[in-house]
Amino acid sequence: MTAFVELDQVTMTYGGAGSDTTPAVADASLTINRGEFVAMVGPSGCGKSSLLKIVSGLMPADEGITRVAGEAVIRPLTMVGMAFQNATLLPWRTTLENVLLPLEVSRTHRATFRRKKAEHIEAARSLLKTVGLEGYEDHAPYELSGGMQQRASLCRALIHAPDLLLLDEPFAALDAFTREELWGVLQDLWMQRKFTVILVTHDLREAVYLADRVYVVSKRPGRIVYERPVPLARPRTLESTFDQGFVDLVHKLRDHIGEVRAS
Amino acid sequence: MITPIKLAPWLATFGLFAVWELVCRLFSVPEFILPAPSAAIAALIEYWPAIWQNAFYTFWVTMVGFALAVVFGLALGLVTGASALVYSAIYPLLVGFNSIPKVAIVPVLVVWFGIGTIPAILTAFTISFFPIVVNVATGLATLEPEIRDVMRSLGARKIDILLKVGVPRSMPYFFASLKVAITLAFVGTVISETVAGNGGMGHLMLTASSSFRVPLVFAGLLVIAAMGVGMYAIFALVERRFVGWAFRGGDTG
Ligand SMILES: Nc1ncnc2c1ncn2[C@@H]1O[C@H](COP(=O)(O)OP(=O)(O)O)[C@@H](O)[C@H]1O
Ligand SMILES: [Mg+2]
Repeated sequence: MTAFVELDQVTMTYGGAGSDTTPAVADASLTINRGEFVAMVGPSGCGKSSLLKIVSGLMPADEGITRVAGEAVIRPLTMVGMAFQNATLLPWRTTLENVLLPLEVSRTHRATFRRKKAEHIEAARSLLKTVGLEGYEDHAPYELSGGMQQRASLCRALIHAPDLLLLDEPFAALDAFTREELWGVLQDLWMQRKFTVILVTHDLREAVYLADRVYVVSKRPGRIVYERPVPLARPRTLESTFDQGFVDLVHKLRDHIGEVRAS
Repeated sequence: MITPIKLAPWLATFGLFAVWELVCRLFSVPEFILPAPSAAIAALIEYWPAIWQNAFYTFWVTMVGFALAVVFGLALGLVTGASALVYSAIYPLLVGFNSIPKVAIVPVLVVWFGIGTIPAILTAFTISFFPIVVNVATGLATLEPEIRDVMRSLGARKIDILLKVGVPRSMPYFFASLKVAITLAFVGTVISETVAGNGGMGHLMLTASSSFRVPLVFAGLLVIAAMGVGMYAIFALVERRFVGWAFRGGDTG
C-alpha cells in the first residue's frame, strides 16, 4: 500500500493567512492509500468541504504540505472526479451529453475527443447502464428524479476514469430509500474500478457502510480528532447494517461526534 | 384548441377598447382631447398610405438599432460577466449611462450626425443596449461554484468553461432581455423622430398633433404598440425555440 493522498499539518483560512478570521481547517494531517475508500464526518461548517478543496488544489492551503500521488499540490489537479449534494447537471444537455462533458474538456482527453467520440459514447452508455440509467441517455436532466440525477452525476464524475473521486455529501438531499440504494451503486462501482475516494457525509451509517476508514473532524477550525478503520467484509449489504459489528461502529462514531459537538 | 389562456389576451384588449369607446361616447369627450378608438381606426384607414410609409421607416430604423444593441450587448455582457475585473470597472459606467434620459442625448447626436436616420438608430441602440448587457453578465456571473469546480478539477481551460457552461447558461437571460430590449428600441426610435426627425412615426405624430389631428396621433400610437407587441411575440417564440430547456419541461411545444 502506498500513500496516495497526504496532508501534513495543513491550515487554511478564507481570506488568506493574515486575515483575522478563524481558520476553516487547522493542522489537518491524514494519509490515504491508493484505492482506499475514506469517509469524513463532522458537524456542519467544520471545514469538510474546505478540506476537499485543498486536496483537489482548488483552494491553496496557507500552511502545511498537501501531496497527491507523491507530488505537492500547488494548482488544481486535473484528473479528479467530483460530485456534490446538488447534481449540477447542465440542463441544456441530455443525460448522455452531461456524462460526456469531462471527456470534452479535460486536459487529457479534449484533443482526441472528436476522434474517439463513438468509443466514448459507448463507455458512457455502459456506465449509465451500470448505475441503472439505461434508457434515459437522451432524457433531459429535469426529466430525471433526484436520485437519477445523482446517479448521472456520479457517472460524470467517473467517466474519465479519475484516480481520485471527491464526494461532498452526494446523497444528502435524497430520501432514505434512494440514498441506501445509491450506497450499493457506489460500492459496486468502487469495487469494480478501485479508485481512491474521499466521501464527506454527515450520515454515520453511510460512512460505515461505504468506507474503509472514517475520519471525524472537529468543529471549526476543522481538525482531525479521531480515525477509525472499518474492518467489515465487502460487499456490504443493507442487511449487514443491522449486524452487531456495524451497529457498534456507528455508536462509537456517534459518541465521538457527540464529544466534538459538546467541546 | 382554444383555451381560456389563449383567449384571455384578446378579450382583455377588446375589453379595454370597448371601455375606452364607451367612456368617450358616454361623456362626449371631445375628439381633440381623447378620440374614441373608432375615430383612431377611422384615421388609420384614412391616412393609411402615410402611416404605412412612416411605420415601415420606423420599423427598419428600430431593427438596425436593435441589431447593433444585440451584437454589442451580447459581446459586452460576455466580457463583463466573464471577468470580475471588467465587471467592477465598467458596471458603474453602464448604470450611469443608462440613467441619462435618452431624449437628452438626441440633440447631441443631431449635432454630430445631422437630423434623420442615424440619430434615431443610435437612440434605439443606446436605450435597448443596457438590459442585454446586464442580463448576459448576470447569467455568466451567477454560475454555480460547484460546476466551476468540476470544470477546473478536470483541467478545463477558461475558454471551455465559458463556452461549454457560461454561454449556454446565460442564453435564457439573453433571450429574456431581447423581449424587453425590442420594445425599448421602438421607444428610442420614436423619441428621436419626435425630437429631431424628418420621417417616421414620431415625426408623423408630432406633425399631426401640431395641426390638432388627434385621432391620427392615436392611430400612430396604436401602430407603434402593435409593432411592439408583434416583435415581442416573435422573440418570445424564438426564446422558446432556443432555450426551451430553461422552462423546465413546461409546455415547450
Ligand atoms: N468561500 C468561503 N469564504 C469564506 N468562508 C467560507 C467559505 N466557504 C466556507 N467558509 C467557512 O469556512 C468554514 C468551513 O466551511 P466548509 O468547509 O464548507 O464546512 P463543511 O463542509 O464542513 O460544512 C465555515 O465556517 C464556512 O462558513
Ligand atoms: Mg460542506
